[in-house]
Amino acid sequence: MFTVEDLSKVYSSRRGAVRALDKVSLVIENGSFVSITGNSGSGKSTLLLTLGGLIRPTEGKVEFCGKGIFDSSSVDLAEYRNRKVGFVLQTFNLVPYLSAIENVMLPTLFYPNDNGSQRKTAETLLNRVGLTGREEHLPRELSVGQQQRVAIARALANNPEVILADEPTGNLDPALSIEILEILKQLNVNESKTVIMVTHSPEAARYGTQRLHLENGRIV
Amino acid sequence: MKLNTIVWKELWLRKSQLVSALLAITLGIAVIVGIQSVSIVSEKAIKVKLDNLGANIMVLPQAASVDDYYSADIDAPTFPEEYVERLATSTLPGVDNLSPKLTRRIKINDVPVILTGILPANELAAKPIWQSAGLVGEGLNAACDPNNNANIDYGYKDDKLQRKAVDSLAANEILLGSDAARRLNLKESDSLFIEGQSFMVARVLPETGTIDDSRIFAHLHTVQGLLGIKGQVSTIEVMGCCSAISDGLLGKMRNILPDTRITTINQIVSTQIETNNLMSKISMIFLVIIVLVGAITIGNFMWANVEERRREIGILITIGAKKLSIYYLFLIKSIMLGFVGGVTGYILGTISAMVLGPQLAGLTITPVPIYLVFSILVSVVIALLGSILPVQHAARLDPAMIMQEI
Repeated sequence: MFTVEDLSKVYSSRRGAVRALDKVSLVIENGSFVSITGNSGSGKSTLLLTLGGLIRPTEGKVEFCGKGIFDSSSVDLAEYRNRKVGFVLQTFNLVPYLSAIENVMLPTLFYPNDNGSQRKTAETLLNRVGLTGREEHLPRELSVGQQQRVAIARALANNPEVILADEPTGNLDPALSIEILEILKQLNVNESKTVIMVTHSPEAARYGTQRLHLENGRIV
Repeated sequence: MKLNTIVWKELWLRKSQLVSALLAITLGIAVIVGIQSVSIVSEKAIKVKLDNLGANIMVLPQAASVDDYYSADIDAPTFPEEYVERLATSTLPGVDNLSPKLTRRIKINDVPVILTGILPANELAAKPIWQSAGLVGEGLNAACDPNNNANIDYGYKDDKLQRKAVDSLAANEILLGSDAARRLNLKESDSLFIEGQSFMVARVLPETGTIDDSRIFAHLHTVQGLLGIKGQVSTIEVMGCCSAISDGLLGKMRNILPDTRITTINQIVSTQIETNNLMSKISMIFLVIIVLVGAITIGNFMWANVEERRREIGILITIGAKKLSIYYLFLIKSIMLGFVGGVTGYILGTISAMVLGPQLAGLTITPVPIYLVFSILVSVVIALLGSILPVQHAARLDPAMIMQEI
């Protein structure tokens, strides 16, 4: 599914250049559950966001299903993020003034969609993550764990092939963390979604069928 | 759900900020609409007032003083009455209601009054030469026709072409100004002696607040006889139509009567025109200030809004929003701001003009619907101008950078 070759990302700052990724190469197969671990600043989030088309690499190539994702225009890249991948992030996940169901429907607004099924799909997704009856709740009216479940439902709104999760359990207690990880696992096992998850937690990392560890921008 | 849902919900969430941003643009538009509404009515009102004065052009001898338009004929040198016919037969367009006068100060029972000889309208109309010139009755010159489009544009209505002409006046009748009647203690049907000749008061004229209140009007030929200056007049008052005056009527009249002095209520007209021009200039200055202040205010508001919504914009870009969608979200919002600002500004400005117009300028102001279109247009353009930079900023935000800020 993903083929990464010699991927490097260098950030320029006033204090000089920082190499976040250093010639990373890897292959991620369709339907795998990849966990990426590493210390802060090891480059694991940079790798995830590069796979998601949000960070343009300084060098190297990222292919999705045989096609270089950064070879396309910014409009195509936006469509890739919308259709092919679904994001679950640690924080800044939901739009605060939209209800749970409206947040889930967000990804369907940017490209032509069958609006008739838009709400029905969102309800089904919320039901699948155990939030039936919470559709009209605003994010502030939901617990942190429920908010993260809304984020997972939203990531699935356009039925993407890949779920990219950046520290999805970072703000959760152990019990809630397991709930979220189980949902991701079900998506991987039952629906053959490819899940790529960045985590600090060794327990969470064990959910991965393919585990990667980064240090100083390199896979070790 | 549509993208507009996001715009509406966000506007509602931050409604207090919205109100403060709207205030500047609303007040600005209100000021322009208010000034323009008063200005347009004032312009029409002065045209109607001038017309209703009865005469707005005065033909005087060369030596006459014109310091005061209304008393210029008093004790003025004289010129031949025949000049009236010269004007009447000239077929100048826009000349109506020729009224020759002879005026002198006299004393009646030691009370100083102004004796003015006038020619009643029925005598003017009876002159065959005038009829052939088409200056009376049905043949009234088309330029003065109240239904003429040019005159309608000036604010005339059918019943507005009221003239001060006196229809008929017998040789032994007089019309008394209100002040003269009071001082002479006379009322209608009373009789009095002027220079030894007996007259009857045909009518006491209503108060006008001008020098006319002190006048005694008698038949021109009687006054000429009383004063011993037959065939002479001191002035010819002319009702010149506004449209004709602006087409150079005075110059044409000077060509016909080169040895006279022809003047208009120039000062009044020019003062009013100057006032209207000043108001137009002020509203233009306001417009420039409002465009700048409004655009800066909206710009500030939108920039703060973008900064406040960095996370949200980051989420939208992350889940696949195109730059165009981000532009749409913010530009629709600024168009809404502009639209609401334009409408509320128009309403506020119109109401202010309607309330203050009668009190400050003595004018009845009516709403000018076309200003609503202009208000919305100007307001939306201001809002869009102010939003350009903040919206570009929003569309260029890097969600990866925003995530690192958290």
